[in-house]
Amino acid sequence: MAINTINGEYPEIIRDAVENFHGNQLVIVDWENHRGLGGAPNMFPLPPDMPFKALIADVLPGVFGLHADWEKIDWATVEWTIDGEEVTPNLDASLKENGVGHKSFIWLKTPGLLGYKGTLN
Amino acid sequence: MAVKKRLNMRKRYELLTRGLAWEPSYQPREKVFPYEDFEGIKITDWDKWEDPFRLTADSYWKYQAEKDKKLYAVMDSFAQNDGFLNVSDASYINALKIFIQGVSPLEYQAHRGFAHLARQFAGEGAQIACQMQSIDELRHIQTQIHTISNYNKYFTGMHDPFHMHDRVWYLSVPKSFMDDARTAGPFEFITSISFSFEYLLTNLLFVPFMSGAAHNGDMSTVTFGFSAQSDESRHMTLGLGIIKFLLEQHEDNVPIVQKWMDKHFWRSYRLLGIVSAMQDYMLTESPLSWKEGWKIYFEDNAGALFNDLSRYGIKMPKFHEVATAEADHLSHQVYSVFYAFSHAAGFQTTVPSAKKMDWLSEKYPDTFDKYYRPRWEMWAEMEKEGKRFFNGGLPLDCQVCQIPMVFTDVVNGNPMKPTHRVSEYKGDKYHTCSDGCRDIFENEPEKYVQALVPPQQIFQGNCGGETIPDVLNWYHFAADDGGEYHGSTDEKNWKKWHGEQSDSGSQEKA
Repeated sequence: MAINTINGEYPEIIRDAVENFHGNQLVIVDWENHRGLGGAPNMFPLPPDMPFKALIADVLPGVFGLHADWEKIDWATVEWTIDGEEVTPNLDASLKENGVGHKSFIWLKTPGLLGYKGTLN
Repeated sequence: MAVKKRLNMRKRYELLTRGLAWEPSYQPREKVFPYEDFEGIKITDWDKWEDPFRLTADSYWKYQAEKDKKLYAVMDSFAQNDGFLNVSDASYINALKIFIQGVSPLEYQAHRGFAHLARQFAGEGAQIACQMQSIDELRHIQTQIHTISNYNKYFTGMHDPFHMHDRVWYLSVPKSFMDDARTAGPFEFITSISFSFEYLLTNLLFVPFMSGAAHNGDMSTVTFGFSAQSDESRHMTLGLGIIKFLLEQHEDNVPIVQKWMDKHFWRSYRLLGIVSAMQDYMLTESPLSWKEGWKIYFEDNAGALFNDLSRYGIKMPKFHEVATAEADHLSHQVYSVFYAFSHAAGFQTTVPSAKKMDWLSEKYPDTFDKYYRPRWEMWAEMEKEGKRFFNGGLPLDCQVCQIPMVFTDVVNGNPMKPTHRVSEYKGDKYHTCSDGCRDIFENEPEKYVQALVPPQQIFQGNCGGETIPDVLNWYHFAADDGGEYHGSTDEKNWKKWHGEQSDSGSQEKA
């Protein structure tokens, strides 16, 4: 539905267009069953050409690494969804090649890890 | 010979609020009142607007002057007697920080909004009522600044609230709410502020703050609260009067008003999430839980109200049942995210005391021990190990309400599973926290795609720099404004003052 305006067309300003992020794109990551990181997903500005494995090695530990479960992750069993689709990412390929676009939402799922004392925190 | 008779109130109201205007002849009417038609609202007779209080300018000045006189006397004596030393605990002051940073600037914007309406509504009765409300709002912000400026001498975080309001990440929640209403047309603005916020929900804002202040020995805030409360009850009555006026003017107004009620109920409710965190966690002594307040002031009251409005074809606001289901979780989720990001806030947070946790268990028997107590215990353990938890990144905020996306699927019995919604607009993704916010986005995407969402603004480089200290500097936060309460300047000063009562008044903020 178009917005009613007093004068002419409503201006179109796409505030968070990817061009505004200096070569980065926004990538959102949440860790299932770990609300104890504050409760909200985290968002990172990342180069689209960054390899997926760098997300695991360099980006996420700075945030998720504060949780005691981080060290217990068995990376052979983790499951990922990107924008709602279950995927097996190619760790050596880039974010872009793995289908991670601007403002994509990634779920990290770690079966068997249920947060602090199994409370999903 | 005629005897001069005092006019009764109704007569005075009629004489002082009607027959004051004229038909413009130099300009067409639609150019004089350009905002009246574009929202699709049809007004057939402005004279049907009735102020239930029949307030006229002369009586208005008299009432307000009396109230101010009493209020300023209390404030003076509070300041002279070092009243700040008698509050329950310095951690309580964090509630006042939220108030002056988050709520008072809304009063100012409401003042601007009603001044605009007073000019743009074509009916004289409506012009006068909006003018008085505009002045009320200005009085509120003045009395709040005067009251809280006394605390600003002794505690952190209250030195530049207007600057903060325009820039700080969590203050974008109230700011974007008010900007949304202020950038809408006049009828949507008044539906948002007078009805959805003031009539439906204002008690949930004022009662917790003011009775909270009373329970925590803060008589100064109690007094400005009472002074504003009589205005608020007038605004509430007016808010209902306005809705009935709009609904009675033309049947075509009904679906438009319903849509605005739905939108602004949800916007207002989400904004009050901050109040819920303040009420349940920041008050040292909490007189009433968020859940209890919601039951009394929304569930019980709104049921009767919407029964009354049903004769116009108006229904309860959309997603009210979600808000009611969330009452068991809201404050815990919002305060958690404050705790996790308080290194970038203008107030301090801490793990609730054992006494507070027991109170929370008692008030939230179905949820606190199961879901939220373990979270606090985990964070308490981390603090004990010298690793006080702060989230190391930036959160994803909802594109509409701008609260970090902490809300969960409580309606379907999954309180640890987030309710994340995503919409597409012109090839880009937009994330919202709930069906309520998603609907608002999808009804007017052009409006929300231009929102200044704080994490995105930081990543675009528009907030003073790349590091957290750069951003805090740009916010005008000092190093000791945020973070952990234990060990903070406020706590240290508080202990010092209570150890050295004799010269407490001369202590400066460190």
